[in-house]
Formats: sequence, C-alpha cells, structure tokens
Amino acid sequence: MEAVEFDNVKYSYREDGTSPAVNGVTLQIEAGQFVAILGRNGSGKSTLAKLINALLLPDSGQVRVFGMDTKDEKNTFTIRKSAGMVFQNPDNQTVASIVEDDVAFGPENIGLAREEIGKRIEFALEAVGMQEFRYSTPARLSGGQKQRIAIAGVLAISPQIMILDESTAMLDPQGRREVMEVIKRLNRERGMTIVLITHFMEEALQADRAIVMHRGEIVMDGTPHEIFARSRELETYSLTLPRAAYICKKLQEAGLEISDAFTAEELAEELCKSMRKG
Amino acid sequence: MQIDAKGLTYIYNPKSPFASTALSGVDLSIAEGEFFGIIGHTGSGKSTFVQHLNALLKASGGSLRIGEYDLTDKKCKFLELRSKVGMVFQYPEYQLFAETVEKDVAFGIKNFSKEKTEDEIREAVKEALETVGLDWNAVKDASPFELSGGQKRRVAIAGVIVTKPEILILDEPAAGLDPLGKKELMELLHSIHGGWCKTIIIVSHDMDEIAENCTRAAVFSGGRVVMEGKPSEIFLRADALLEMGLDIPVTAKCARILKQDGFSLDTDFTCDDFVAKVLSLCGKGGAEHAQ
Repeated sequence: MEAVEFDNVKYSYREDGTSPAVNGVTLQIEAGQFVAILGRNGSGKSTLAKLINALLLPDSGQVRVFGMDTKDEKNTFTIRKSAGMVFQNPDNQTVASIVEDDVAFGPENIGLAREEIGKRIEFALEAVGMQEFRYSTPARLSGGQKQRIAIAGVLAISPQIMILDESTAMLDPQGRREVMEVIKRLNRERGMTIVLITHFMEEALQADRAIVMHRGEIVMDGTPHEIFARSRELETYSLTLPRAAYICKKLQEAGLEISDAFTAEELAEELCKSMRKG
Repeated sequence: MQIDAKGLTYIYNPKSPFASTALSGVDLSIAEGEFFGIIGHTGSGKSTFVQHLNALLKASGGSLRIGEYDLTDKKCKFLELRSKVGMVFQYPEYQLFAETVEKDVAFGIKNFSKEKTEDEIREAVKEALETVGLDWNAVKDASPFELSGGQKRRVAIAGVIVTKPEILILDEPAAGLDPLGKKELMELLHSIHGGWCKTIIIVSHDMDEIAENCTRAAVFSGGRVVMEGKPSEIFLRADALLEMGLDIPVTAKCARILKQDGFSLDTDFTCDDFVAKVLSLCGKGGAEHAQ
C-alpha cells in the first residue's frame, strides 16, 4: 500500500507560478517505510513535506495520502489525522503549560471522548519515554525532551505517517539521539511511515531510503548507502558525505584497500582488518 | 585583549525559591589570538558564561577581566566593551528587524559610535556585508526577510562585526545550516580571524567542528570548567566526554575502537591528520598506490 503518492506535482509560492519550490515531483512512499529527505536550504524539502498533509495544495498534479486526494476538502481532516508533522523549533510547538494538556491538545480537537484522551496521553508519553514528566511544565524541559513531547502530541492523534521537518536541528547530540531512537522505534515496532527531513547525513544513514532534492526536483533516490556511494554527484547538489564515509573515501583514494564504510564503527572495523593484514 | 575569569559564579533568580546556580566557580583564561571552542551539555553553564563576556549578565561572585576592563566593577565602560566584544546568538536571523539589510546592519554601529557621519556608517556597513560574502548592491535595499536562511544568518553576523570587535563570540553559529552553509561559515570565521578580529570563541555541539577549527577548547559541566586544552588533548579523554553525555569526533570514535584492538594512533583528530596517520600505520603501501 502506498502511504504517499505524488503525481507530477508543482507548487510555487508566487501567484504567477514562477520559480516553483516543488517542480514536477513524482514520488511513491510505501506504508511502513522510513524515508530521509536531503537537500540544500531552499531545495524544496519543507514544501514537499507541507504538501503531504495538505498544509499546501499543489498548483498542478496530484498528492494522495492513502489514496485520498489532498485537494479534495472533504479529505483534509482525515489526511491531517493520518499524517502528523513535527517542526524544527520545540518552543514553537507547545501550547499548554502542563505536558499532559499539551499532548491532549490534538485528541481534544478531533473530539475524542475523555477516557480515550486519557489513554492516548498515556500511550503517547510511553512511546516517547516521557511518562514521568506527565505533570511537568514543558518550559522546564530540555530541548530533546520538548521535542519528544511534540512527537507525543502528534502520536496522540495516532497518525500512520509522521513527518519530521528538521526536528533535530536545534538539539544537542544527546537530544538528537533521543529523538532518533524514538523515531526508529515507532517505525520498527508500530510500522509507522516516517518522512525525515534533515541536514545530518548520519541521520539519513538510519533510514530505509534517502531522497535528494535540488531546485524543487528529486535528483537522487535510493538506499542511503547507494546515495552516499555516488559522492561526486552529491557534491554537485552541495551535499557532503557522512564524516566517516568521507574519511573512508580519502583513505581509499590514497590507495588503502578497504571496503566502503559509513559510520565510525564500520570504518574502525575496516581499518582493523587492514592493519591486521599489514 | 585577554579574557581572565576567576571563580566566576552566577545564580539565576537569587534569594528566591527558584534560585539556581548556573556557574559555580569558573576559572578560565582565553588568550588573544585563540580560536576557542566551548563545549558542554545543555544546562552546563556554557551559554551563561559567554553572556558574561559582553556583560549581558553580571557575575554574582568571582572576577572577570577582559583586557583593561574589569567587568565586575560597576564603573566599567560597558558600552565601549560591548563594541569590542561582539556576540552572535543562536539563530541570530531571528533578531533581524529593519526594513532593509542596510538599516539592519547599521543599527549596531549607530548605537556604538554616535559621532560617526552617515557616510562613515554606510562605508562600515558596506564593508561588513562584503566581509560576510554578500553583494552590497544586490542586498542593501532588500528586506532581510526575503533572503534565504544562509543569507539571513550572514546579515545577522554582519550586524555584529560592523563595529569590528576584537573578540567575536558565536553561540552555535552553524546550527541549522546545510553542510555547504556550515563549511562556508567556518571559512568566513577563519578569514576574519587574525585581522581586526583577534579572538574567536565558538560554542558548539559539533565535535568535528571543534576538532577541525579550534586552537583550544574548554568543556563545561555542572557550571564549572571540567576540561581545558587543545582538542587533541580533550578528545583523548573520550570516555569521560561520553559519560557526560557529550559526543566525540568521528576520528576519535574510530581511534578509540582501534585502540581497544591494540592499534594506537597518535592523531590530533582532524580529518587530514587522521588519514595521514592511518596511512603511515598501514605501512607505506598507501602512499605507493597514490603515486
């Protein structure tokens, strides 16, 4: 089943339709897939994300979420319930002064019964590992914790797709790890479809699939390893390799015979093998 | 100007039930000419510390001197100090406010140097924008809000360096930029370092960035400086850093695993040095192939 389908979608922020932010994108994302979207600032990643849950509607072409056309107003509500979105700045996403009220905001808005809301809060906070903060004040939490609360708020609507638009950009390394763990667990254990927009190549490595956008178009699409193996091409889109892969490539270029490595651990393993031989 | 902090203490909301100690006795000296890195977990006190350096916060205790300025002295010439110690906050583009780029960048210098003529100010603004790599004619009349993310950040930085501060402090300058934007920003900092800008201090969570760029660094934890030295010395203590919830550079991660397997790499943890040391450890086979 396709969770998200784009059919030759164009979108421009200008009224006359010039310099489109998304320019003829055709794309299918299967349910349960974990997709990372890469690209320079201004390459159209966020526009693409907003087209998925009908925050923006295509100028031409069609976007379907589980078969529902986003242009059809009757679908808007259902689509937004199926595709939740987490943004960059945790401080802009809190609406209440107590964590549980904040998480309840979504379910309250879709008119769920009181007991059901209680269950949803419990489920969502447990899923992000924040149960003990149920009665805390979001303002007093760390960035990573706040972002996990934002994710819980989205989870409470029980969407099938979660879109994260640079949601780890403002976090420290620990906060980033926390959020990535939660995302991976939701994907693995609950089969949630994940669309992760990021500038961190190391995060993209953890996805099933990586898509590179450039000037509103999809220019590369494959597994992260396939994408990072095409380093020349990546460079033309102003992207870099994950650092470990970059070091690995330099060593290979200098004549060291090691296999491709993408993480520090993989690189160390390759080097150990090579040094034992030498 | 040299920065000397001794026993620097700061308490938020003192004498109230919400009192919390953010700095508890920071001893740190940063010499003129350094490209200094400040590392620490969220809540470690690093931002509180850098806000002291241009007197946005005043110490609750201890002493802080920058060159001839004694920042704990009420009679210190704070306006003059602030024009010499520039501070670029996290996500500085959120602080852009004027209708045009020129007016936005001019704001700082107008406030610091009231005696300057319009022409002098315009000249300084032009120079600052060119320093950050923006085309004066193309951007001067543009609204800062029409620019791209990377350009906005450059305008915001221009607004700080327009007074040519001797010491420039940047809190997470590359956060949120794409990889190329990060690289260009670090190149920009290196290009001004050593000229009128003598000392650069960056706060960063990106350990690779610290390893590649800094002459020295300090690690903050629990409101104190717990490590200080060259990146090559600091990242040797990988286990202690990881225990604090901090990251280490990819090179250090690799070297750490190699060491456990009995291969010792004497590297300074920059990419280039790491590659060179690995190649020499693997025998000169690598070098031969390259030729």
